[in-house]
Amino acid sequence: MTTIGSVDNGVNVQALLDAREALKGSPEAAQFTWRATTRWENGVHTTTTVKDFFGLGAEQTHKARSTFTADHPDVFAAEDNGITPIEYLLVGLTSCLTAGVASVAQNRGIQLRSVEATVEGAHDIRGILGADSDVRNGYNGITVSFSIDADASTEDIEALVAQSQKRSAVFDALTNPTDVTVKVV
Amino acid sequence: MTAGEVAEFIDRFAESSRAPVRPHTTVTSLRRTDDGYQVDTDQGGLRCDTVVIASGACNLPVVPAWSGAVPDSVTQLTPFDYRGPAQLADGPVLVVGASATGVQLAAEIQRSGRQVTLATGEHVRMPRTYRGRDVLWWMDASGVWDQRHDEVPDLTRARRLGSPQLVGTDERTTLDLNALTDLGVELVGRASTVRDHELLFSGGLRNVVALADLKQDRLLTGFDEWATRTGVDGDVKPVERFETTRVAASPRLRLDLRGIRTVLWATGFRADYSWLDTPVAGQVVDGKGQLRHDGGVVDSPGLYALGLPVLRRRRSTYIHGIEDDAREVVGHLAGHLGTGQ
Ligand SMILES: Cc1cc2nc3c(=O)[nH]c(=O)nc-3n(C[C@H](O)[C@H](O)[C@H](O)COP(=O)(O)OP(=O)(O)OC[C@H]3O[C@@H](n4cnc5c(N)ncnc54)[C@H](O)[C@@H]3O)c2cc1C
Repeated sequence: MTTIGSVDNGVNVQALLDAREALKGSPEAAQFTWRATTRWENGVHTTTTVKDFFGLGAEQTHKARSTFTADHPDVFAAEDNGITPIEYLLVGLTSCLTAGVASVAQNRGIQLRSVEATVEGAHDIRGILGADSDVRNGYNGITVSFSIDADASTEDIEALVAQSQKRSAVFDALTNPTDVTVKVV
Repeated sequence: MTAGEVAEFIDRFAESSRAPVRPHTTVTSLRRTDDGYQVDTDQGGLRCDTVVIASGACNLPVVPAWSGAVPDSVTQLTPFDYRGPAQLADGPVLVVGASATGVQLAAEIQRSGRQVTLATGEHVRMPRTYRGRDVLWWMDASGVWDQRHDEVPDLTRARRLGSPQLVGTDERTTLDLNALTDLGVELVGRASTVRDHELLFSGGLRNVVALADLKQDRLLTGFDEWATRTGVDGDVKPVERFETTRVAASPRLRLDLRGIRTVLWATGFRADYSWLDTPVAGQVVDGKGQLRHDGGVVDSPGLYALGLPVLRRRRSTYIHGIEDDAREVVGHLAGHLGTGQ
């Protein structure tokens, strides 16, 4: 039922639905811990690596180690070895929402031809510079625009995008408060 | 029908059916015996071959666990405590929850001259009338209410769904979020938590209203398709669509609770099964406090349930759902008695 006709967006929805059923009865296995390690290079240039995580009751490893370089641009008088940390939040948000669109489309039997999300985060940097204590450090607002070509009506496409937000981990993490502990070890 | 009229109607039914009703009697425990159930009440015990649990789905208000972090300067009320705006202190009110209870109370309190902020999570939007008929007429006539529990795609979700944003008035007005905005109510996202005297709201308001707008359109499209198919198109007014829900350019994300006098939790209700004996409860109540049943048949011989949301069909959530449900559940019960257990 989940791969209706020849619809194939490359998402194994059946596996996800099976996992949902299996994890209903064993919440312990559903507890995942995602990890990353950041090393300071020089200035505001850092390198973050991601390799392992915990889930389904055991240590897990990605097929390959991923490395992310962060820095600040020229206009911040930095070397611009990579994108800024707050841009990584946008990377996380749109990759999560776009993956969600593909999964929901697969589940609803909608063939996608192309999906492109453009994201803009409005950021008043007087906050991080301490220039105005009434300005927050983070984004004042984020706008994601989806352009989707698919065998579906406009309403169905809007519903895909709405449902993908409803199930998105990063959308939730950005729109709702999260308890964060930072400590020295 | 007013609340009083509904109560009278039920009283009359009790008289005409001549069922041996025992008023003012609270069941304090229900336990299994070798051949049935022992029911203890504050007015003595009863031995039963079979029991139908009809104790309702809304015995207790549900309030988020973090409500304890709301400062003492704020009065916290649930719909069980609320009688009318006159009991509220003058000053701003936060209503949490935008289902039927939340939208009705938000409107009433705003009209009393108190500024209301309404925290809005997922909700079900519905116009009071559509194409000249009450929306409940459409639900009934088009067969939405007849959808059976074993045909509903996600039954767990359907059973937990909030009530539609409807109010019963003589004018049959629609009480959706746009109507509340027009009254002056401030819409904010779902209430997330309290941090340092501030209530934090989700930044996902636009998504929950988009979901509700899309679902409303899908419901109305279903009505239209049914009307065309069955030829009633000519008997009703033309197809209409409603304005999408308006959201402020930057909805408020935090509210200083020191400036608020009252928080009203319209965050739903739950059933109370604490009176079931532990072994029975362990078998029939799930980890979230819901009764486990298959269309009202509970997994304990001779034990049944009636009056729960989407018990056997969508209609079951409402008072008039009882008719078909009772017939089918009692049919099963009679069969159980017939087999001599
Ligand atoms: C705010 C709200 C608005 C609603 N509006 C509508 C509407 O407009 N139209 C509509 O059709 N439906 C409406 N409903 C739904 C409707 O109220 C229910 O469908 C209906 O009340 C179910 O009837 P019931 O007899 O099964 O349960 P209830 O009406 O909940 O009755 C259960 C009874 O059991 C008693 N009880 C519980 N535990 C014990 C115990 N241990 N011992 C003895 N007695 C006990 C309770 O005190 C109560 O009297 C509304 C529900 C709510 C919460």
